[in-house]
Formats: sequence, C-alpha cells, structure tokens
Amino acid sequence: MGYFLFRRTLGFVLTLITVSVVVFAVMNVLPGDPALTILGIEATDEALDNLRRQLGLNDPVHVRYLNWVGGALTGDFGTSHSFRVPVSELIVERLPLTVSLAVSGMVLTIILALTLGIGAAANHGKPGDWGVMFIAQIGIAVPSFWLSILLVLLFAVTLQWLPPGGFPGWSDPVGALRSLVLPTAALALVQGAVLARVTRSSALEVMRLDYVRTARATGFSRQRVLWRHVLPNAMVPIVTIVGLQFASLVTGTIVIENVFYLPGLGRLIFQSISNRDLPTVQALVMLFAAIVVTVNFIVDVLYVLIDPRLKGRN
Amino acid sequence: MYFRPAYALMAATALALAAPLPALAQARISIGIQQEPTSLDPTTDATAAINVMLTQNLYEGLTTVDQSGAVIPQLAESWTISDDSLTYVFNLVQGVTFHDGSPFSAADVVFSFERARAEDSGNPRRATFAPIESIAALDDHTVEIVLNNPDAFFLFDLAQGPASIVSEASAETNGTRPVGTGAFRFDAWTRGDRLRMIRNPDHRNADSVAMEVIEFRFISEPAAATAALMAGELDAFPGFPAPELVAQFEADPRFNVMVSSTEGEVILAMNNSREPFTDINFRRAISHAIDREEIIEGAMYGFGIPIGSFYPPHGPAHVDLTDRYALDHDAARALIAESGFDGRELVMRLPPFPYATRSGEIIQAQLAAVGLNVRIENVEWGFWLDEVFRNRNYDFSIIAHTSPNDLGNFARGPSYFYGYEDEAFVDLWNAIRTETDDDTRLEMLRQAQIHLADQAVHGFLFQLPAIGIFRQGVEGFWPSQPVLQLPLTEIAIN
Repeated sequence: MGYFLFRRTLGFVLTLITVSVVVFAVMNVLPGDPALTILGIEATDEALDNLRRQLGLNDPVHVRYLNWVGGALTGDFGTSHSFRVPVSELIVERLPLTVSLAVSGMVLTIILALTLGIGAAANHGKPGDWGVMFIAQIGIAVPSFWLSILLVLLFAVTLQWLPPGGFPGWSDPVGALRSLVLPTAALALVQGAVLARVTRSSALEVMRLDYVRTARATGFSRQRVLWRHVLPNAMVPIVTIVGLQFASLVTGTIVIENVFYLPGLGRLIFQSISNRDLPTVQALVMLFAAIVVTVNFIVDVLYVLIDPRLKGRN
Repeated sequence: MYFRPAYALMAATALALAAPLPALAQARISIGIQQEPTSLDPTTDATAAINVMLTQNLYEGLTTVDQSGAVIPQLAESWTISDDSLTYVFNLVQGVTFHDGSPFSAADVVFSFERARAEDSGNPRRATFAPIESIAALDDHTVEIVLNNPDAFFLFDLAQGPASIVSEASAETNGTRPVGTGAFRFDAWTRGDRLRMIRNPDHRNADSVAMEVIEFRFISEPAAATAALMAGELDAFPGFPAPELVAQFEADPRFNVMVSSTEGEVILAMNNSREPFTDINFRRAISHAIDREEIIEGAMYGFGIPIGSFYPPHGPAHVDLTDRYALDHDAARALIAESGFDGRELVMRLPPFPYATRSGEIIQAQLAAVGLNVRIENVEWGFWLDEVFRNRNYDFSIIAHTSPNDLGNFARGPSYFYGYEDEAFVDLWNAIRTETDDDTRLEMLRQAQIHLADQAVHGFLFQLPAIGIFRQGVEGFWPSQPVLQLPLTEIAIN
C-alpha cells in the first residue's frame, strides 16, 4: 500500500510539472500579447512597453517560468495579467460555483444512469428497454450547447419556472439552487445518456451469469437480485466511465457556463485564453489537471473496494 | 367649450379608476452587455465595456459629449481658449466630491493628467495628452493647460474614458473599486456575472436621476441574451449582438428595437505595404468588385449604412462617395490585369466578430467573381492583434474602427497595420488636427474623405449599426452613438 501511494504521488507531481511546462510553452508559442489585448489598437508603443514591463513580460521565457515555479511552490500563483488581482483570488471566487455544478451534474448523471440503465437491463428486449435506449441514443447525439438552449426556451422563456441564466450567489440559497437546475440538467442529461448505456450493457453481461440465476432460484426477489447482486458486480466498468466523465464534466462547464452566463472557472479559462492571461490559464489548467488525476486515483481505490479480487495486485 | 371643474374632476377620477393599477415607476434597471471587463479603470485598460458602463455614469471628465456629439461641460463648468488656441483655462464646478467623500479640486485634474502622460504611463489613449506642454492649477478651481500645438480634438478627447478625472487616493484601486465623481457610485462587482452601481445622492444633478440601482449583466452568447430578454431578466440590451434575431423582437409588443449608427467604419483592410496592394490599380479593382448592398443584406440582415470612405454618414463633414467606384466586374478584371498581379492565393484573416466573419465569406465570393482566389482564415482576437495588427502578416482583413475622429489612422505611416504611406495625407491630417476654425476644418475633412476614396486604400464597406433592444416603457437611451458611452442619468422606466 505504501509503495502504491508513493507511486501515485510521484505520478501526480510529474503530471503537474509536465502540464505546467506544456501550458507555458504553448502560451508562449501562441501569437498574442496580453498588453496589446488590454490597451487595444490605439495604444502608443510607449504605453504598451510600460505595461509589458509592469507585467514582467519583457523577461526571457525561462526566467518567467522559474519565477512562476518559485511562486507556485510557496502557494503564490501570481497576478492575473488582465484582472490584475492575485490569481488565487479569482479562483477562490469562482471555484464554489463550478464545483457545485460539476458535483450536482455528476450526482444527477449517476442517479439517471443507474435507474435507467438497470431498469432497461431488467426489461431487456421489451418496449421499456427500447425506449430508454432510444432516448439515451438521442442524448449522446445532442450537443449540450443545443440542449441548454432548448431547456432555456422551455423552462425559462415559455414556462418561466426557472431563470435563463446567471447566478445570484450563495447568499441567496434558493435563487442559487434555482439557477443551477437547468445547467445541471444540461450537463447530466448528456452524460447520463452515455452512462446509462454502459450501465445497461454491463448489467446485462452480469445477469447472464449463473450466480444470478442461482440467487433467483433461492427465492430472492427480482429487485433484490438486481440491486444487491447484479449492480455491485457490474460496477467496475461503470466506475471507470464515471471517472472519465467527471473530467469531461469539469471541462463541459466551459460550454455550460457560457450558455448560462455563470461566473465559474469554465468561463474564466475561456476568457483568460482569449486575453493571453498566462498566470490565470496556467493556474486553472493545473487545477483541472489536479482534479483529473485525483479522480483517477479515487477510481483506482474504488476498484479495490468494489472488487476485492484486485487487492494485492496493486 | 366651458371649463367645468366638476366634470374635469369626474373625468379624471373615471380615468384613474379605468386605468389598471397605477404603474409604479421602476427605479432599478438591469442592462445586458456582451463584453466583459477585466478591470473597472478606463485609464489603464481599453476594454470598450469599461467606457460603456462607467464613463459619464461613474467617472466624469472635464468635458463630456452630448447626443449630437457636441462637447459640453462636465467637471469644468466653462473654459476659455486663448487666441493662438494654445492655452486652455478650465473653471471647475465647485462643491463636487468623489464617491469616497474627498473633495474634488484642481489638484485632482493635474494629478489625473500628469499620471496619464507620465513617462511610465500605461494609458490606452496616451496620444490624447501628447500635445500638452504643461498643466497647472491656478487656484483650487481653475486649471490652465498649455499645448505645444493647436489641437481641434482636444476638448473632445478629454471627454473620453481614458481622460477621466480620478483622485490620487483611489487611482491605484480603481480597477476593482472604482471611485469617481459621477451620478452613480460603485456598489458591487461579481467578475464574470454582474456590476451594480447605485445613485449617488451627493451628485449635483442627483435630483434629476430616476434610477436608484443600475445592474449590468455580462452575457456574451447571443442565444443567452435573447433568452434573458424574453424571460424578463433584462430591461435593456443596448449593444445587442445578433442582427438576425432583431425581427423576432420587432414583432414582439413587449419590446422596442432601436437601431442607430455608430462611429464604427467597417473596412475590408488591405495590406498596402505588400504586393499586389502596393499598386493602386489593384486596390481600385477591389473597390469595383465589392457589392456593399449584398454584404449589408447578407451579413448584417440589412442593418448598416454603406460608406464610400472612412467617415460616418451622420457626421457633419460627410461626403457620399459610395458611387466613386461602380460595381463593375469588367473594370475590376481590367485593373487587375493592368497591375500585373501574379494570381497567387490571397489570405483574408478575420477576427472573431460576426460582422467580420459573415462579410468575409460574401466578399470572398465577390472577389472570386473577378478571378481572385481568396482563402479565409478565421483567427481569434489575440492572434489577430499580434499577427494582423502588429506584424502586418495578412493580405485582407475586416475590422470596424469604432473611435470617433479616426481618419488620422491613415496618417500613422507604414508601420501601422494598413502599411499605408502617404505624405500628402499626413500633411492634410496635421492641418485638420491643428485647424481650429470649424468650417475650414469640415472642408478639409471632406477633402480627406475624397482623397482616401481616390486612393482606394481599403474596401470601405458600411457603418457598423448599434442595435438596442428595450423593454416597453424603458426610456432615455440615446438614439445615436457619437461616443462609446452609455449615459444613464436620463433613464426612466414607466
């Protein structure tokens, strides 16, 4: 176990170092100058020069990178070029919204996928199964961007049940929850469709096994067999997909936050890339990478918990 | 007809009863804006949204601009200009305070302008202050500015956001907690979401300001902007981003649509420093090949006024030059042949604005009709600024120049991204800038337009429209856009 943890931590650190170098390199190769973006096309050359000096853009790349690493090691991720406030402040402001969105999206995805997927498997070959698979197929084909617009048109514009976008902040809990409903649904319907199909096929595979028939023959109810015996054994591929989906949910917030004009990290990274705001992009990509690596780690631990046979194989 | 007080009273009562509940005048307004600012300081950041939201509302300048584009007093209640047009004496309004309570005086004007023109200044419109020789406070309420050259646009330039008067105490923190002297003061800013301002009760005109709360919401997606208006989240969207959706609002009795002209000339920019654009015949061929009506219809859904040179059609010196080059494919082909163009593929690099990307595709087809092979590259804004604007690495591009009085762009020499060198125009522009007699200057501005059309420096396309969508009952937004500002002191909601 100790060796396992050591290897994972080492992998984690190496991943972050690689990511930081790649982001720095890409942002430097990419044409674009933050000073020009800030001061616009009427700025004089002297004003641009002054700003570049203030932002520390005149130093060579490796010096800037090492400065950044030095700061990051002490928890200082630098100052945003365009917002001109500490990057950590920007992230702290926006992290709660994006995390709420990703977590609620994931929870809804899992609930939808398990109920529909297991339900479809239990009714294999019947109309209920076809119906779920048909809807799931549509869900996979529909881009979340388009689905979002349809949801807004129906629930915000026509029925006026929910706000079309925006986020009032957690100081207004009811308003905050209401404004998260549609974005969460837009994220979860698409991801849930993918996961429902995986759940169904995984459950179907397990249901063919002898022990399921034995369990039924012993007299357990269909429901009990499905949820207590089939589902746990069908979990390994489901957990793998959930792990992958969490990463795409986090990046999916970039689209969703733009459509629902939510002030989260997704919109921040989009804007920072346009503004060539290297410190902000760097910190956000690192954060996303860290989340993905951590989720992968959790998935690996879950494998062992779900399937005791994997224990000892590290 | 006799006047019968009793009947009049009865009639009034009946009217009052018949009317639905008296509509409460609404004192807060929610305004959608597409661009999102990263800072709230117009003296260090050129983002247009900062000026739109804050100039004239939160920040004030010595001068300001009215609906017609005329310069009127703001923090300077009056001024005198010496006969040689070099010495300006501004008499400041007395009793003004900044939002933090500190009094406004001549020292603040001196501070603001010295800061903007200082050696290490990052002011986005530093050129405004270039003609200044010296600034001095004659007393607490009088400022004298001496110029080294007459400057016809000086008072107009002082009305722009980068020339806002700020207090030394708050200058460094204006980016996040703006402090000005305007009729609205800063309340809260949630980056990426909204900016809220509230009425400044201490402002000298506070009694005439109807709005208590102004809330700007940042919504960049056209579909989201439409939904927010339809769902009643917004009262107004003055810079509505999607001309294709206007018909929907025009048909809806809940909304008013106001389409006005702006200072934005949209041009098919040509890299004049590069073959084949160095040849005037080739540039003129392009002008013969462009069908403006088709572009405006196809790219802008009919919104936008065609231009034949680089000057807004609503401006006082406008000359209609749209007929200078007739739409004539044969003439275009002949001129191209005359220029000896080798027929290479030309690259059109387009910034990510719908007016540009849509116009680009139509122009590509129009140029193909005269035998030119144009490849479109859609690039994002940072790329455009660096590669097209700074490095002049392009053949064609499409861009709107949204500043007022920007004919001077053509006098910026070959290092500007036009790559255009024209001594005669430089002289003309310098004469315009320093000419203080209005009639003479207007006449020279006409000459300048004709000169640029003759030279066919670019393809001059159309004036960018401003499309405003307003909820029924919202009043007081300007029907014209002489500056990139959105004054809110006269807004009322009935």
